[in-house]
Amino acid sequence: MDVVLLSRLQFAAATMFHFLFVPFTLGLSFLVAYMETKYVKTGDETYLRMTKFWGKLFLINFAVGVVTGITLEFQFGTNWSRYSAFVGDIFGSLLAIEATTSFFLESTLIGVWIFGWKKLSKKAHAAVMWLIAVASTFSAVWILIANAWMQNPVGYTIRDGRAELVDFAAVLFQKYAIFKFVHTVSAAYVLSAFFVMGVSAYHLLKKQHIDFFTRSFKIALGFGIIFSFIVVIMGDINGVIVAEKQPTKLAAMESLWETTTRAPVYFFALPDEENERNKIEIGAIPGVLSFLVKHDINAKIQGLKDFPREERPPVLITSFAFKGMVGLGFYFIIATILGWWKRNRLVDSPKYLKLMLLSIPLPYMACELGWVVAEVGRQPWIVYGLMKTSDAASPIATSQVLTSLIAFIVVYGLLGVTGFYLIAKNALKAPELTTDN
Amino acid sequence: MVLQTIWFFLWGLLWAIFFMTDGFDFGIGTLYPFLGKTDRDKRIMINALGPLWDGNEVWLITAGGVTFAAFPLVYSVMFSSLYSALMLILFALILRGVSFEFRGKVDDPRWRKIWDTCIFVGSFVPALLFGVAFANIFQGIPFDHNGVYHGTLFTLLNPYGLLGGILFVLLFMIHGALWISIKSEGDLQERAISTVKKLWPILLGVAVIFLIASKFSTRLYDNYIEHPTFFIVIVMTVLALLSVRFFLVRKTFFKAWFASALTIVGATFFGVIGLYPNLFPSSLNPRYSLTAYNASSSPLTLKIMLIVVIIFIPVVIGYQIWAYNLFKGKVTEEDLAHDEAY
Repeated sequence: MDVVLLSRLQFAAATMFHFLFVPFTLGLSFLVAYMETKYVKTGDETYLRMTKFWGKLFLINFAVGVVTGITLEFQFGTNWSRYSAFVGDIFGSLLAIEATTSFFLESTLIGVWIFGWKKLSKKAHAAVMWLIAVASTFSAVWILIANAWMQNPVGYTIRDGRAELVDFAAVLFQKYAIFKFVHTVSAAYVLSAFFVMGVSAYHLLKKQHIDFFTRSFKIALGFGIIFSFIVVIMGDINGVIVAEKQPTKLAAMESLWETTTRAPVYFFALPDEENERNKIEIGAIPGVLSFLVKHDINAKIQGLKDFPREERPPVLITSFAFKGMVGLGFYFIIATILGWWKRNRLVDSPKYLKLMLLSIPLPYMACELGWVVAEVGRQPWIVYGLMKTSDAASPIATSQVLTSLIAFIVVYGLLGVTGFYLIAKNALKAPELTTDN
Repeated sequence: MVLQTIWFFLWGLLWAIFFMTDGFDFGIGTLYPFLGKTDRDKRIMINALGPLWDGNEVWLITAGGVTFAAFPLVYSVMFSSLYSALMLILFALILRGVSFEFRGKVDDPRWRKIWDTCIFVGSFVPALLFGVAFANIFQGIPFDHNGVYHGTLFTLLNPYGLLGGILFVLLFMIHGALWISIKSEGDLQERAISTVKKLWPILLGVAVIFLIASKFSTRLYDNYIEHPTFFIVIVMTVLALLSVRFFLVRKTFFKAWFASALTIVGATFFGVIGLYPNLFPSSLNPRYSLTAYNASSSPLTLKIMLIVVIIFIPVVIGYQIWAYNLFKGKVTEEDLAHDEAY
């Protein structure tokens, strides 16, 4: 085990843990803001109770999301100092802008929202949640622009051994960033929608607070059905961009070894990286990959063998994560369409409700798999085509990183157990019958 | 040249604001087991910082982010050199943050006890280690021309470093106790006031020792001797520290707290001015030191970031003042009875 591997494990653990909480925050802030606005407009107490019930879950999530986000920013310096020195001119400024323009607003207002029920007018209080929702979305914008730059560096020049900014607009508005943002945020909205639907399904199965949870379910369903479609459509566009900008990642996603026209998509393929082939291939549909990424079934797609071994990403992990994510993406569309069809007889559809309850973890998996595709698929590069991950780590002692990695696993493990325990406890208990407002 | 100098002082300012704002949160957390005799006292203490700590903590993120953006080389060498200390700070901050949120969520004394401990550890450790880290930066860090650190966590725990840590802890404890004096009534307020009274002479003593030790352990005074006008910063800081006591006796707690805030800002700038143009001096060889000139970003990035900061930092300060103002006044029974309260 060396510093690079340990630092990668540590960063993976920290980001993936962080991303168990972030998507929920992104989506639920909009749902809670919507519920509170409905309350302000109609005066209907049920909407206030909904705001409080889902708001409490939102806050627990938010707390864990915030504290685990801090370590990420500093890990670029602690563990990836060579990388930071190389890209700080561009990457660092994006993180700094995120903190200054978005994270400040979000974090200051969350305190105002929690403690400000009696200090603000009802309208102003609801407006605060809208601002939180918008600010957290903008946080995502900046972070994903930064990540997109690692995937496809643009607007820079190499000077004095580092990447320096020459065209800020190119960095901000490159299509890799735009589509990555929409894809990631839509996935987050799907996750929060499935969470609300799943928890509502639990209560509807027990036939308790039927009005409250039917309404909650339907709000989430509307949100979920829209973004289930958007996330898949955006995923498809992302595939086109990846094919253009990161051919090694695309080939790994599809475990395509030979460069070929009419490139196929496999229903299942088990790559054998040693012998540069697939051990098992099931259900090849020729031309589909060519069509999907080049809009021409006869287009030529580069296979992995076209690239030197040391420039290929791990094929097994990338392709399995990709297939899993895509499969789940289609499942979310089916599950939400089914819900739309049953939306007016939810209580009488126990099988569907059970399905939705059991579906809660699936969008979490899909989000994590998506990041695995993006980050593992980028290897061996930390900045695609510019800097190898192996050249990016800090010149520090292995023992230091091993110690901190163990600390991460222990602390985050306990934090995860406690966080999800509190979320489950508050999700499964009945909403307050009256509110103190 | 000008851009880099501006950024150097902005960098110092962001750290100063972080210490000034989150500093009282750290202080309250450090005093928490001592001042919080009953569960009610404890709740008043954490609800006194409840609406504000999260926004305060972002000054750290911004200070870190700006270091990354404006001085990437400093960011990379500083944070990898201070690896273990920074990791301890980050884990402490994690514990502190979730403790506020988790503590009241299960009605069980053992549950609360866990998070009470975390609040203390999560506040005391960063207060101490930020002081240790900055004092060590003042005196120089053993790293070579490749940015490789030659030392361990214990290298940082030298006498001057520890003195800096004690100074920070005392500054923050007084800062926090003053905030509690503003936000509470009765016994708790009395205890907070007498804490300040007891700690204040100790802080004064430690501050004087620190100023003298800086003469022998650091080269901070070089800039002051070259430009004696800067001594005014030290004089103002000492005056601010003296007026903490002055306002405390007159029971004008907010003024005392504000004087304490200025003391913290002044103490930070005492070091920042002395460091200039060094951001991260090397104790092995001054030629390895990272300065505002040899470690900065490109002029284009510095310009873009300056525009962002000039627009947004005043906006942030504006809405944070609005938030502070919204939650002014004592923590009341009604506040504590509130469902979302900590």
